[in-house]
Amino acid sequence: MIALPPPKPDILARRTEIVAALLALLPADAVIHETLRMRPYETDGLTAYRQMPLAVVLPSTTEQVAAVVRYCHANGIRMVPRGAGTSLSGGALPLEDAVVIGLMRMNRILEIDFEDRLAVVEAGVTNLGITKAVEHEGFFYAPDPSSQLACMIGGNVNMNSGGAHCLKYGVTANNLLGLKLVTPEGDIVEVGGAHLDHAGYDWLGLLTGSEGMLGIVTEVTVRILRGPEGARAMLAAFKGTEIAGAAVDAIIGSGIIPVALEFMDRPCIHACEAFAHAGYPLDAEAMLIIEVEGSVAEQDALLDRIKEICARFDPISLKVATSAEESMAIWKGRKGAFGAVGRISPDYLCMDGTIPTGELPFVLKRIGEMSTAYGLQVANVFHAGDGNLHPLIMFDANDPDSFHKAETFGAEILRLCVEVGGCLTGEHGVGVEKRDLMPVQFQPHELTQQRAIKTAFDPAWLLNPHKVFPLTEPV
Amino acid sequence: MTDLIAPADEAGVVEAIRAAVAMREPLAIEGHGSKRALLRPVQAARTLTTRGLSGITLYKPTELVLSARAGTPLPEIEAALAEHGQMLAPEPPDTRSLFGAPDPATIGGIVATNLSGPRRITVGAIRDHLLGIRFVNGVGEMVRSGGRVLKNVTGLDLCKLLAGSHGTLGVLTEVTLKVLPAARASATLAIAVPGVAAGVRALSAGLASPYGVTGAALAPAASGATAWLRLEDFPDSVAYRAGRLRADLAARGDVTLLEGAESEALWRGLRDAAPLAAAPEDAIWRISVRPSAAPGVVAALADALGGRVLLDWGGGLVWLAGPATAAAHVAVMQAAAASRGSFTLFRAPAPLRAAVPVLPEEPAALAAIGARVKAALDPHQIFNPGRMRAAA
Ligand SMILES: Cc1cc2nc3c(=O)[nH]c(=O)nc-3n(C[C@H](O)[C@H](O)[C@H](O)COP(=O)(O)OP(=O)(O)OC[C@H]3O[C@@H](n4cnc5c(N)ncnc54)[C@H](O)[C@@H]3O)c2cc1C
Ligand SMILES: Cc1cc2nc3c(=O)[nH]c(=O)nc-3n(C[C@H](O)[C@H](O)[C@H](O)COP(=O)(O)OP(=O)(O)OC[C@H]3O[C@@H](n4cnc5c(N)ncnc54)[C@H](O)[C@@H]3O)c2cc1C
Repeated sequence: MIALPPPKPDILARRTEIVAALLALLPADAVIHETLRMRPYETDGLTAYRQMPLAVVLPSTTEQVAAVVRYCHANGIRMVPRGAGTSLSGGALPLEDAVVIGLMRMNRILEIDFEDRLAVVEAGVTNLGITKAVEHEGFFYAPDPSSQLACMIGGNVNMNSGGAHCLKYGVTANNLLGLKLVTPEGDIVEVGGAHLDHAGYDWLGLLTGSEGMLGIVTEVTVRILRGPEGARAMLAAFKGTEIAGAAVDAIIGSGIIPVALEFMDRPCIHACEAFAHAGYPLDAEAMLIIEVEGSVAEQDALLDRIKEICARFDPISLKVATSAEESMAIWKGRKGAFGAVGRISPDYLCMDGTIPTGELPFVLKRIGEMSTAYGLQVANVFHAGDGNLHPLIMFDANDPDSFHKAETFGAEILRLCVEVGGCLTGEHGVGVEKRDLMPVQFQPHELTQQRAIKTAFDPAWLLNPHKVFPLTEPV
Repeated sequence: MTDLIAPADEAGVVEAIRAAVAMREPLAIEGHGSKRALLRPVQAARTLTTRGLSGITLYKPTELVLSARAGTPLPEIEAALAEHGQMLAPEPPDTRSLFGAPDPATIGGIVATNLSGPRRITVGAIRDHLLGIRFVNGVGEMVRSGGRVLKNVTGLDLCKLLAGSHGTLGVLTEVTLKVLPAARASATLAIAVPGVAAGVRALSAGLASPYGVTGAALAPAASGATAWLRLEDFPDSVAYRAGRLRADLAARGDVTLLEGAESEALWRGLRDAAPLAAAPEDAIWRISVRPSAAPGVVAALADALGGRVLLDWGGGLVWLAGPATAAAHVAVMQAAAASRGSFTLFRAPAPLRAAVPVLPEEPAALAAIGARVKAALDPHQIFNPGRMRAAA
């Protein structure tokens, strides 16, 4: 288990007074302090970790957020920003002496401009909510994490979330124009704007993926894009992971960047097939889902090219969807992968390392060996185009030994990712989960440098102080 | 001419910076040394150049990744990529003609200025393609951020912070970039529109089409203006989309189709702002606004200053050439502020650059954070003093 910093006793002792002060700053229904009602905020998508906060506030405006932050800053009270709480790395995990600042009531869409291709939304608008608001004009917001129904844009910004289509459209960072931010000292500032490449330091870029440590995002200006004429998927199944990896290389080497290029290994194919009955080939060692976009004729031409390339790698099967329905069927298993694994195992840890794509066969072989050694099953889904690997480690949370083994196994996989030239996290963030592994990827002075930047924004280390960096005295 | 320090490798950069720290002596940071005219004049007696750090260190075409030492000339990188049919997608401008500079840009300079060309509107800026950096900070430590994989959210993203920081936060020694397949074919629709406002609307219509436009630029013409929309992909796709787009835009003005070399030459010129290069005594600004605000900016500036303009990024980037005077600069600052946009004084004689803010001022709370971030990376103020803003 990963340790949380000790609570400040004086803050705990002042709880009644602090709640009263928050009630004076916000409407009564925006301050939650009863144990039962705080329960939903004690954990996030990393459910193995739980911690009740001091109190929860649910502001409705940027000014309210700023008022709370100014009060907390003046009184040395820690704060934990929270969106939908879907973080898989414990990013939204509270502290006993911290006020959780939930953004979910800030869910208004403030502006949509199709001519300038942008939308201004509050931080609590869901990812899918943006697309829903613009799709009647054929537009969409590109980054599409699997959690898009629930997760909020403020959370996406702070995790720099990706999705299945980011090979072509990029991750959150590549689709933002501006932010409204409450600084850790309670000032309201705007960075970027409704235009590209604001001159000066790239605060927008630095804040994206900063995991709620540098400020509280209250408004986001995103780029919206016109969707393609259509999209279609194909499925290619191979006899070995090396062979599937070589096929991926050949597709990209030919100059084609599909919108999505997803890889599943044998255990994952089996789990998904049992769940979704998508018609996945059960005799395959590896399977690719490849999606292309354009008019029907363009899709045909691209899929023909890809089919031709895959045919060179002795495939077990190649199935090209002939309709939107068939595409959906191909995607159904992949989109339900987490749920499918959830059916065969009471609990699982979803890992999130990235590797150079050429290392995939070696890494999968090593993960297989570790799986045997730990006696825990693992299924692998992989964003094959960009090297982001999601091993799902199955364990039983009722058995502390099983959980401990799963965590150790996961850490070993992430070390391997770094060893082969990759990184600890491709899209889920460091949070608390990978915090203590940071020294695997970074030298001490490199972490000190990053901490110094956190200190520049948050001199008192009040905002999410227990995330991302191994616990030491603030610099 | 200041003293030039030209280390041959990263260790040499570390050593030079440690020496500068020990003597508390600021350094000007340069790639190819020919572009000291950038932003505000730097006040430093000695210059550190990265020209000795040259060469591609990693290139994996099927993994879409390339690493190079900071002093590698851009043409060397472009040639290596071309051999595998790939490109630096944001197509950074070649500013040699604009600045009358003999040497090509270095990749470190391109990253440090985050300078992107026409394709920026669809594929993102240089910073969006920056996967990893190695840099030496202001106490002489070699620091890495990012890496060599396409997706990475491990820790704070110092890549984006260093990109566009004009050498004021650290000296880049090596950069890793995402590269992409170059399109097999390109074509351009040139639309004769009645004026700038109608032209920006035509560009917006093109960018709001499902045809994947990868360039959207505009220039005033003898009568009215010309709007250009570029398509790039496999030849069959380009032909199909050009036909559809042409039909969709027909009502907006006469449409001409430019193909192959003709289309490519046009975009090279637009990328390098070649049409503005002619009068060397003029100042040049880049103004970034939301596209619908561009016609107002052009009306306010081009007409008042008698300046010449070129619009890129669907109208979102206004290149302006006009008199190199403080009054003209104030007009630019006001126009950018009125449209809630951003500006850069891109080319001007040194006295003007030293006298005015060359970038937008930041609100006090952000400026205070900025000063602390600068101190976190360069506590002794060694790097490029005065480059981005006048010393406080
Ligand atoms: C089933 C499932 C599938 C998922 N699939 C993907 C996927 O495909 N791709 C992907 O990238 N991620 C995925 N995730 C992870 C998660 O959904 C993302 O990290 C998401 O961006 C979190 O958003 P949230 O609103 O839930 O934020 P939270 O979990 O509430 O918070 C995330 C982090 O951001 C901070 N934060 C939140 N809001 C703000 C704010 N307004 N200002 C400052 N800090 C803030 C929090 O302190 C925390 O550190 C998945 C999660 C689940 C449960
Ligand atoms: C706002 C702006 C103004 C410009 N003005 C001019 C101009 O007046 N004249 C001109 O010729 N070109 C100018 N350019 C173009 C630009 O300098 C070049 O196109 C190219 O980006 C830099 O080429 P270089 O490698 O020679 O870098 P240099 O011109 O030597 O350096 C460009 C900037 O990047 C920094 N830099 C360079 N290498 C590194 C490194 N390794 N690590 C950290 N920082 C580094 C420098 O300190 C400098 O601030 C301008 C660009 C911008 C964005």
